[in-house]
Amino acid sequence: MFELLGIPPQALFGQLLLGLINGSFYAILSLGLAVIFGLLNIINFAHGAQYMMGAFLAWMLLHYLGIGYWWALILVPVIVGAFGVVIERLMLSRLYKLDHLYGLLLTFGIALIIQGLFRNAYGISGMPYSIPSQLAGGQNLGFMFLPNYRAWVVVFSLVVCLGTWFMIEKTRLGAYLRAATENPTLVGAFGINVPRMITLTYGFGVALAALAGVLAAPVYSVNPNMGADLIIVVFAVVVIGGMGSILGAIITGFGLGLVEGLTRVFYPEASSVVIFVIMAIVLLVKPAGLFGRA
Amino acid sequence: MGLLFAAGAQAQDVRIGVLNDRSGIYADLSGEGSVVAARMAVEDFDAEAKGINVTITSADHQNKPDVAATLARQWFDQDNVDLIVDVPTSSAALAVAEITREKNKVFINSGAGTTELTGAQCSPNTVHWTYDTWALANGTGGAMVETGADTWFFLTADYAFGHALESDTRALVEGAGGQVLGQVRHPFPGQDFSSFLLQAQSSGAQVIGLANAGGDTVNAIKQAAEFGITQAGQSLAGLLIFITDVHALGLEAAQGLVLTESFYWDLNDGTREWSDRFAERMSGQKPTMVHAGVYSGVLHYLKAIEATGDDSDGAAVVAAMKEMPTSDPLFGEGEIRADGRKLHDMYLFRVKAPGDSEGPWDYYELVSTIPAASAFKPMEGGGCALVE
Amino acid sequence: MTDKTLDTATPRGGMPPLHRAIFVGLLVVFAVAPFVLYPVFLMKILCFALFACAFNLLLGYGGLLSFGHAAYFGGASYVSAHAAKVWGLTPELSVLCGTAAAALLGLVIGSFAIRRQGIYFAMITLAFAQMVFFFSLQAPFTGGEDGIQAIPRRALFGVFNISSDINFYYFVLAVVFAGLLLIYRIIHSPFGQVLKAIRESEPRAISLGYRVNSYKLALFVLSAALAGLAGATKALVFQLASLTDVHWSMSGEVVLMALLGGMNTIFGPIAGAAVVVTMQNYFASFGAWVTVLQGVIFVLGVLLFRQGIVGVIARWLKRPL
Repeated sequence: MFELLGIPPQALFGQLLLGLINGSFYAILSLGLAVIFGLLNIINFAHGAQYMMGAFLAWMLLHYLGIGYWWALILVPVIVGAFGVVIERLMLSRLYKLDHLYGLLLTFGIALIIQGLFRNAYGISGMPYSIPSQLAGGQNLGFMFLPNYRAWVVVFSLVVCLGTWFMIEKTRLGAYLRAATENPTLVGAFGINVPRMITLTYGFGVALAALAGVLAAPVYSVNPNMGADLIIVVFAVVVIGGMGSILGAIITGFGLGLVEGLTRVFYPEASSVVIFVIMAIVLLVKPAGLFGRA
Repeated sequence: MGLLFAAGAQAQDVRIGVLNDRSGIYADLSGEGSVVAARMAVEDFDAEAKGINVTITSADHQNKPDVAATLARQWFDQDNVDLIVDVPTSSAALAVAEITREKNKVFINSGAGTTELTGAQCSPNTVHWTYDTWALANGTGGAMVETGADTWFFLTADYAFGHALESDTRALVEGAGGQVLGQVRHPFPGQDFSSFLLQAQSSGAQVIGLANAGGDTVNAIKQAAEFGITQAGQSLAGLLIFITDVHALGLEAAQGLVLTESFYWDLNDGTREWSDRFAERMSGQKPTMVHAGVYSGVLHYLKAIEATGDDSDGAAVVAAMKEMPTSDPLFGEGEIRADGRKLHDMYLFRVKAPGDSEGPWDYYELVSTIPAASAFKPMEGGGCALVE
Repeated sequence: MTDKTLDTATPRGGMPPLHRAIFVGLLVVFAVAPFVLYPVFLMKILCFALFACAFNLLLGYGGLLSFGHAAYFGGASYVSAHAAKVWGLTPELSVLCGTAAAALLGLVIGSFAIRRQGIYFAMITLAFAQMVFFFSLQAPFTGGEDGIQAIPRRALFGVFNISSDINFYYFVLAVVFAGLLLIYRIIHSPFGQVLKAIRESEPRAISLGYRVNSYKLALFVLSAALAGLAGATKALVFQLASLTDVHWSMSGEVVLMALLGGMNTIFGPIAGAAVVVTMQNYFASFGAWVTVLQGVIFVLGVLLFRQGIVGVIARWLKRPL
């Protein structure tokens, strides 16, 4: 049996598959950020907090109301998305005429408030949330044991990502959206309610974050800080992909999951910085990001 | 009569500051529970009747050494605090120990694990009460090898604390005749451990030692269950994990985990009686070993104050504490070593399967008891300047 | 940023009397304060005031929002701590070492970051600060989570004993005021005027023949070095250098200070730092509510008081502050 740099190929396949699974979280989260940035020109610093809200809401639905995973998958994004709509109407909409940095500062403040409130209410140790019974167990692939739930995460997030991409790049609705970012006045003149479209877009991006939160709840610890550090990695993913590029966010999300997975095998100590190193290199060579328009 | 008595005995004012994490990752295992435990110690000692007026204050150090240092300084300088207890998080504990020495007060640590407190950075003003990482490594590492689990693989958090935990345990595993097949360093804090767990799995080791803490340990255990690692016959050994972590994980994910603690509420009648009283005040939560250590430490401190009749000289109080043998219902009989290390038995536990548990907080079964004499790091070669 | 209320018209040959009066007033207040208030608390305010002003040099006068200033603040605190503890240097040399390290770090990161503007710039500084954080966590000399502890306060210049809090306080006061005056000088120098021109219109500045990137990089390095000066001093105050100072939440805190005090003002960040530090100090027992309160201030600050405390006062006085 040949070996690659001292690692048997089966183990390598296993690690690549795991990388892809982590990449799917990056992809959904960075997709949400990219959608919001592309259409609102706002860096949504509250994205990590909204992801955390998604996971917590799934737990709360189960704990207080007995509503399980599958309903949570639908209900949670809707609820958190609605929360996003309220934030956009009440606060973000007042900032569009100002420098984009104010949007960043505002959402940073919102993130602090959300995280602080959850920490006060639920402490920080984390809440248990089990894998839904239909997806318990796993498959023995020969080279690794693949939990069914992880396989579901990859497939589901691919569908969500591609669906979003299709909607924005290939449908009439998406065309309006893209046109509205280029020239809102003109699109408004065609009788399209641009502010409402922007509001719903923000809600949609937030809903994506919440969806990632529900997906994460059974595998990661559900605690108020779960999004705080992840968000910075996701920012880096979006920067590498090219800010605002939908396809870039998806491909980079999955791709960097793979790269990170490989680093974990060959040089595990560096696996948390590798994304930032790649970011620095990309910015040097191609400042607009891999898929961005300069 | 009461008036006469009060006039006869000179009234002593003692201020105790409970400094710990009240909002972060260690809030459940220390936090408000430690304040309750300190208050219970004062009441059980019947301090007021003995002419000692105790005031207890508390604050949140957020697990940050700079915040802890600022608060400790302020307490000593401005609020006349005599004793600081608890202080989880090694970095914060070391900072507080340094300031306590500078101001010649007393510091009884219950929450932190670093052996530095009684090693190179030991101080005549510090007592390290409940546990330390060496004792945990010794219990989990040494005792497990004796039960036959002698091949190990480490999942280590890649920073100083994780490295120390790993190297302590490694030495003990190898010393007991075990073998370490490998290790992987994961970033801290980590989110996804599946990749590292897979590497641990393919090593074929009997035991996967988790040389990490808090959220990292919880996530690693959760994901090990998901990837069927424990079901496939490998055991997980937590090198720093508390009953509150097990509570948060749930028995479904935590079952079979092996860990070491110095206290469990269901050990004997003494611990049960105290823990019931504690739970009554804490809306049902059972005490952790950190809470128990705060109770026991404050009790012993008050005994020393009663004996010396003076709380102004911190080093003298600690010296008196070291002279007196310790005794309480939670840790039994014990003593404090010259380097400030409190000695008592440690226990190796295994987490019960959900079917064997009779309800919330019924989580551990006792695997073995490590007697006080061999439970802690020998003083010789510990690097403490107080030991000639 | 878009609110450009600052008018930097300065009479030739010195500070306008109002500014001079404020500087002298601040100096007098801070010189007397340690006899009334707790000196360690005051030193913390001083260090953060300098940090916030250094940060604001970049934001308020360069229009560049850095979300990674903790890297210079914390990085310098490690270097100064190491210099004082392991190399046995005197306080002033330790602080200089820290400042120099921060300047170097600023040079490296700045040369990447200034290639982009606005949000991109913020993201890049954040990512680099994250790398500095991971380095601090793992490098052997930083002591990982424990940080560098028990840093000695040696004699100043090897001669004057300043180990007591009150003596050390005046050393800190001198360092911080020197830093603040330097910042003031930079803003009002010809260099500062060019920066202002770049902030108003970069293409115009380029067409006037200024090498815009060199100016921006110089500003970035100065801001990093001064943030480092604050961090290096703070390490000696608390006799401790820890991960808190390099964590990204510290970068967020300094933004909060500048925003709260007034981003386009000279004295705003000082006020912002004083308010934030006081809040943290006296609300420490409320746990996570401090985080919530900081968030609320952020939101209100962005929505309602974009000029900040001092900005509002300046508008009221109709004078730049």
